[in-house]
Amino acid sequence: MSRARLALMLLGLAAVASPPAHADTVIADLSSHSIAITTGFTGASVVLFGAIDEPGDVVAVIRGPERETTVWRKGKVAGIWANTESVTFANVPGFYAVAASKPLDDMVSPTAAALYKIGVGNLKFDTKYSAGPERTRLFTDALIAAQKRAGVFSAAYGKIAFLGDRLFRTTFIFPANIPTGPYLVEIFFIRDKQVVGGQTTPLIVSKVGVDAAVSDFASHQALGYGAIAVLMAVMAGWLASLPFRNT
Amino acid sequence: MDIYLPIAEVSLDIFVLLGLGGAVGFLSGVFGVGGGFLLTPLLILIGVPPAVAVASSANQLVGASVSGVLAHWRRGHVDFKMGFTLLLGGLAGSFLGIWLFTLFARLGQIELVISLCYVVMLGVLGFMMGIESVRAILRQRRPGAARRKLHRHTWLHGLPLKTRFRKSQLYISALLPVGLGFMVGVLSAVMGIGGGFIMVPAMIYTLGMPTSMVPGTSLLQIIFVAANVTMLQAYTNHTVDAVLTLLLLVGGVVGAQFGTRFGTRLRGEQLRFLLALLVLAVAAQLAHDLTIRPKALFVIPTDIRG
Repeated sequence: MSRARLALMLLGLAAVASPPAHADTVIADLSSHSIAITTGFTGASVVLFGAIDEPGDVVAVIRGPERETTVWRKGKVAGIWANTESVTFANVPGFYAVAASKPLDDMVSPTAAALYKIGVGNLKFDTKYSAGPERTRLFTDALIAAQKRAGVFSAAYGKIAFLGDRLFRTTFIFPANIPTGPYLVEIFFIRDKQVVGGQTTPLIVSKVGVDAAVSDFASHQALGYGAIAVLMAVMAGWLASLPFRNT
Repeated sequence: MDIYLPIAEVSLDIFVLLGLGGAVGFLSGVFGVGGGFLLTPLLILIGVPPAVAVASSANQLVGASVSGVLAHWRRGHVDFKMGFTLLLGGLAGSFLGIWLFTLFARLGQIELVISLCYVVMLGVLGFMMGIESVRAILRQRRPGAARRKLHRHTWLHGLPLKTRFRKSQLYISALLPVGLGFMVGVLSAVMGIGGGFIMVPAMIYTLGMPTSMVPGTSLLQIIFVAANVTMLQAYTNHTVDAVLTLLLLVGGVVGAQFGTRFGTRLRGEQLRFLLALLVLAVAAQLAHDLTIRPKALFVIPTDIRG
């Protein structure tokens, strides 16, 4: 993805998601705005910290890049379990996690939670082809369960801890299988169960070093990559046969 | 120590991968087969996405076959004319195989197709090898038993395009090796195997090649078919993980050395019987997995990325 398109996307997301008023009631930042996937990558954690101007509560939501995702249902065909039915969703975030300073239900009104997509249950997915309400609901639940199993949708929300009345912090944990791309962190300031302020901040997950080189090469120069993969194997095979030359 | 595989997009223990390459290399050294038919299912088992497992196994096969061919070539045991005739069919077959692979992946059925192919191929192969080796063991106990005829004429010898293969001392229709190569090319693309276990018996029993020429010639054509599959997989499906391949090759090379030494101490028929048992066990496990109720009824295949 080009840098310009990425910036535009982030801007667009920020414009849609930002709460209207009191944008300066909460200030927050991340310990790092990028996660680098290196050869030794086994997951990462990012600290979110900030302050609020007046007493209240804070919810933070992280959403990964959206992509088209197909969910298959297995059924028994002639004694064998096969993929029999599928529903394709157009806009499934590759990562979703929530952290809150209090249990969500006590803190945010259902309307506000739905509006700002706070909580996995408030995510709305569009089906690519019409699937009927019953099937859509069934497959949406299955999609969420599968994403939770994969560890990319957090099963429980994280805890935002307050240090005194004003300062807060929380740690987001990312597993090794997170997708790469632009992430968006939204911080909502909540009073009387309503969102009264907020801020968004970007987070970029990208492969770096050898892994970035390999996967970039593999997707942009597919033919050249294939040729090099073959050559590498030929070389390795030739090297392996050298010790046996005289036997 | 975990290593992140850039194309498979999973973190796996580097020693597990080296060990897996080593174990499969050891087996291929002992039994003289490629071992791809064990490598691919095992990779899937440890969490590599099936499409990446198939494509990377094909890539690994290129390296393993090169070192095998060089060893046979030094002894003069490679029939190049036969190898390239097989290759004609093999390349055509691998194009069809990749097309099928991409089609089934789009239909969401590639995992099932791969598993089913393995169950059928391994089941038939293990059964045949088991019977053959038991017969051979029994025949040795009764030395008076009649030997099988060396050369039998069937309708296969009546096909047109008769060609002379001097090195193999054969005068047969070129359609036979082309057809055999084609079949193995398809399997290579869909299953990530070299097809040595189909190719070798077919070359001995159907084509009637001298046994000494078979492994080197079969490996020669596998190099090119596997290279073609690797290129096509890299180009069409972006599923070749070079880091994974390299780790498997390193482990495989070491394993094959030990395997070859160990193999010379054992008797052929007993070896084949052991291999038959191993192959049947893998087939039974895969068949069992297909028929039990899966843990998750809903799945998101991670096979093909855009």
